[in-house]
Amino acid sequence: MVLVVTVPLTLLGLLEREPSHGYELKRAYDSYFGRDKPLPFGQVYATLARLARDGKVTEGEAEPGAGPDRKRYAITELGAREFDSWLATPIEPEPRLQSLLFAKVVLALMLGRPAETYLDTQRAAHLRRMRELTEIKRNGSLVDALLADHGLFHLDADIRWIDVTAARLRTLAEMVRTT
Amino acid sequence: MTYLTNAAAPRAHSYLIEARDAHKSFGQTPALAGATLTVSGGEIMAIMGPSGSGKSTLLHCMAGIFPPDAGEIWFRGRRLDALDDAERTELRRTAFGFVFQFGQLVPELTVADNIALPLLLSKAGRKAAYAAANDWLPRLGIGGLGRRRTGELSGGQAQRVALARALVGRPEIVFADEPTGSLDTLAGEMVMDLLVGIAREEGATVILVTHDSRVAAYADRQVLVRDGRVTDLAEVTARATP
Ligand SMILES: Nc1ncnc2c1ncn2[C@@H]1O[C@H](COP(=O)(O)OP(=O)(O)OP(=O)(O)O)[C@@H](O)[C@H]1O
Ligand SMILES: [Mg+2]
Repeated sequence: MVLVVTVPLTLLGLLEREPSHGYELKRAYDSYFGRDKPLPFGQVYATLARLARDGKVTEGEAEPGAGPDRKRYAITELGAREFDSWLATPIEPEPRLQSLLFAKVVLALMLGRPAETYLDTQRAAHLRRMRELTEIKRNGSLVDALLADHGLFHLDADIRWIDVTAARLRTLAEMVRTT
Repeated sequence: MTYLTNAAAPRAHSYLIEARDAHKSFGQTPALAGATLTVSGGEIMAIMGPSGSGKSTLLHCMAGIFPPDAGEIWFRGRRLDALDDAERTELRRTAFGFVFQFGQLVPELTVADNIALPLLLSKAGRKAAYAAANDWLPRLGIGGLGRRRTGELSGGQAQRVALARALVGRPEIVFADEPTGSLDTLAGEMVMDLLVGIAREEGATVILVTHDSRVAAYADRQVLVRDGRVTDLAEVTARATP
């Protein structure tokens, strides 16, 4: 999945709503950001402990009751500033000029291997994943649909690139063999 | 079913429809050069491929709009390409439904008229035709639009009417050529959700031409047409696995 979120900053963001217990943070995290990878409890508390050590959250007094999860955490001024600046900074535009797909195509052509077959195989793999994501989208919640769409648009972009590359394979082959 | 009486004798088959080594040229232009495609009953099949590669020609041959120059089209174990024009027309009317990129509705007629039209042409009673048409409106989320002229509809609404018109005769196969080609992403998804959802409910088979991989991903299987020949992507994968 393309969407990988940073756990500490996400927890800070969730705490920016209101002070919360660890289990509340886990529940909110899992339902939005951990759909294919729920956050283990251990990681929630380890992250909160680190954030507390760095002065970005405060641990409340342990509340009376059973179980280890009796502390309520709150974001500090420092934590809020860090979160705001992360939110305001655009993420790195992902695709690089040199992609793995591109490298495989060029190498296949240089070596006289069947580049078109390789592109077909990649296209088939992409479409298989797109079928799965479409299924998730059709049967899931709005959050599932939005996440699936993010994946679908990226895979679609790859397939468009595969299409134009396949169409230009002969020209590209001549070029890599003569340079 | 009288329209099949002149066809070749039935043979054992497991596919609902099949193109075997189909060739078709328009003058000097080759459009199909040995296209082979098999589709099972209830399957949703997407045909992809570059512009001019022969996708629409393959669809038209399989749907009996015109026969291939050489090769065979089998439907339900019979040679569709061996039928005469009248028989092919009858088969298209009774067993197939069609959706095209630009709805091809009659703009002066209402939504209900357009949907009822195939049934009226097949000499169904007027009352039954309109009852059936009106049943389809809510299934396609256009319940309130029955009396509107189709010329006044948005592209997405018009394509839903086109879907209803294709489905009203309960076809075994829906042939769709770029059904979302004139729509934006969300309107296109709506059309695909409806087409696939209803086809599954009705057990209908769908053969869909699209250049959009997001649309093709609604199908069970995708094939690629290149230079008038078909590559099955599932077979490509099977061959690639060491
Ligand atoms: N009625 C026709 N008269 C003459 N040539 C035709 C006709 N129909 C198709 N062709 C030619 O046959 C070839 C295949 O056309 P076809 O319409 O099947 O392609 P396609 O894959 O559907 O393309 P597109 O994605 O652009 O719709 C093209 O070279 C086209 O110009
Ligand atoms: Mg076409």
